Amino acid sequence: MAIDPKKHEMPTQAPEVRAHNFNEVALGYDQETALAEASRCLNCKNRPCVSGCPVNIHIPEFIAKVKEGDFEAAYQIINQTSSLPAVCGRVCPQENQCEKYCTLAKKFEAVGIGRLERFVADWHNAHATEKAQAPASNGHKVAIVGSGPSGLTCAGDLAKKGYKVSVFEALHTAGGVLVYGIPEFRLPKSIVAKEVETLKDLGVDVETNVIIGKTLTIDELFEMGYEAVFVGSGAGLPNFMNIPGESLKGVYSANEFLTRSNLMKAYKDDPKTPIMKGGKVAVVGGGNVAMDAARTALRLGAEKVYIVYRRSMEELPARREEVEHAQEEGIDFRLLHNPVEILGYNNPDDPRDPKNGFVSGIRCVKMELGEPDASGRRRPVAIPGSEFDLDVTAVVIAIGTSPNPLIKSTTKGLEVNSHGGIIVNEDGLTSREGVYAGGDAVTGAATVISAMGAGKVAAKAIDEYLSGK
Amino acid sequence: MYKIVRKRELNPTVTQMEIEAPLVAKKAKPGQFIILRVDEDGERIPLTVAGTDPEEGTVKIIFQIVGATTETLNHKQAGEYIQDFAGPLGMATHTEGIKKVCIVGGGVGCAIAMPVAQEFHRLGAEVTSIIGFRSKDLLILEDEFRACSDKLVVMTDDGSYARHGNVTVPLKEMLEAGEKFDMIITIGPLIMMKFVVATAKPFGVPVTVSMNPIMIDGTGMCGGCRLTLNRDGKRVTKFACVDGPDFNGYEIDFDEAMSRGRMYFDYERHAHEEVCNLYKNA
Repeated sequence: MAIDPKKHEMPTQAPEVRAHNFNEVALGYDQETALAEASRCLNCKNRPCVSGCPVNIHIPEFIAKVKEGDFEAAYQIINQTSSLPAVCGRVCPQENQCEKYCTLAKKFEAVGIGRLERFVADWHNAHATEKAQAPASNGHKVAIVGSGPSGLTCAGDLAKKGYKVSVFEALHTAGGVLVYGIPEFRLPKSIVAKEVETLKDLGVDVETNVIIGKTLTIDELFEMGYEAVFVGSGAGLPNFMNIPGESLKGVYSANEFLTRSNLMKAYKDDPKTPIMKGGKVAVVGGGNVAMDAARTALRLGAEKVYIVYRRSMEELPARREEVEHAQEEGIDFRLLHNPVEILGYNNPDDPRDPKNGFVSGIRCVKMELGEPDASGRRRPVAIPGSEFDLDVTAVVIAIGTSPNPLIKSTTKGLEVNSHGGIIVNEDGLTSREGVYAGGDAVTGAATVISAMGAGKVAAKAIDEYLSGK
Repeated sequence: MYKIVRKRELNPTVTQMEIEAPLVAKKAKPGQFIILRVDEDGERIPLTVAGTDPEEGTVKIIFQIVGATTETLNHKQAGEYIQDFAGPLGMATHTEGIKKVCIVGGGVGCAIAMPVAQEFHRLGAEVTSIIGFRSKDLLILEDEFRACSDKLVVMTDDGSYARHGNVTVPLKEMLEAGEKFDMIITIGPLIMMKFVVATAKPFGVPVTVSMNPIMIDGTGMCGGCRLTLNRDGKRVTKFACVDGPDFNGYEIDFDEAMSRGRMYFDYERHAHEEVCNLYKNA
């Protein structure tokens, strides 16, 4: 049978419809499409796709089960190595991971591994009746700091091995960036809640409103009887550009903008937490967070949304599908543009004018690409005299974060690098015995799946450390 | 869920509550704050800790009813619960090496100033307190301040109680009379703190101000609470939630902080009216 050269398309809400609602954009494969897509897999012996997966999902094996129509068996295979299948199927940059190494991709489009993973996870969530069972306890207690992707993964892996795991979350809801950062239209919060419930079924205890480093310190966790600690405290303080006007009203960090909309539900009608809606919005940056912020602004009613990014489309780091979706929805990409100043409204005749101090525009300079820099990407260079202004009413700055200082400042002997990231070895072990770390707290802003990979590595190392005790 | 153990009206617009939160009670120090949500889907608001009872496991908060969230909170009674209560956050007030201190509190800011004054008193420092209110009806915590101050001056803007005028008047008199404070700590409306700094400046006395900007998470994640400091000729961005809430008063850009504080003014006024109407019609 000839192989279909193209991946089966993911059905989506029409761009002109979804631009005005917060429902999920991608609708998922139906059973028939999933079977057809699974049949494209060659089931290669050398499994190149698996080597591209940070959590080593047994990809050809689960796809083989999909082909047979045994979706629950497929789920169980994924579940062996991934604690968050419904999440990964939605937010992983598959084109740079598993699908990049797919044998088919040499001649055709890769197998839609991510789409199949999502199908299998959703099928399980809709049909499974049996709850996960907590395994017999091995008597060891482990504390996890933060309930984002790295913490939940580490918790899941350890709980499956019989550890008594407690997850401490600073915010009022578990999920970390999956709830405060990634918007509903890309990752419905009910899916995150379901994954957290599954972990609770495995015996994981989740304590919200506990800020490790403040409410309790790492040393106190050891005093309380925890034998190992995993720090997955995530992204910290947002970076700003240090250009004039960043303190004007209407300038948000992406963290603040997305947290207001997602975690605090400002996207709903009549919210308790305010957010600026409508107007014209410039989002500065080119990563997934920038795409999320831009598309959120659009859905909040903005008449015009710009992405302002200083390099070209080729360097733009966001997941390809998100960029395509954003373009379809009408986001205006101003590439090779760099902001030099945020402009504010100021009525010289009336110091009490309520509009004073609000954003009125953003001044950008055009860029061209020069020689490659340390990151290997061509360095953008400003074109002299090319400054011009875009009229906007809000600016969202999505240029990354620096690790949170709370744990470092209250944990003696925990070494960090010059950026504030916690230093770990290849097992995720920090400079403190029994303290492991992973995710953005170590690397600075990165992806959900790389954080999950780090949580997994640390769980294995913690298991080896404690079983040798 | 966190239980409201006791509730007391300090004046018609200011309420004191003691909340059961043992972990916070054990850790919180003067100058630190907590974040609370009254109910599911509620807003997160920061409130400075006004005292703790580590043995009972309770944390005292004092709040002014200024918006929808504080209005809703004020309708909760002792024995009822609030949804979330997290902390302590921020850095404790710096007390080391300060032997003679002047605490200047304004309005509900006095609720935050009080535990700071008490802490200095406990540490054996000489405490002068100046507390100011718009009028007699709004006076709070006079007895508490008297108990922990070597000298107390009460001011009202309208002269309806104690001395007439604002807090900078007696402060200036004391400084002119040659009082040598190691530190002035001021907590209250931004405009008041700005003028306290201006009053102290000619005398070269260090001033610590307690900032209370708009905040979401309070843990160093959203950056909404950022402030601009003028430090060594440079503009420096700091975050009230992790770097503060106390800052060197001479460095703060008060005009910017005041402007940012009004970002959601219209929204908040409208939301407060709606909540008030809800309770009126209930």
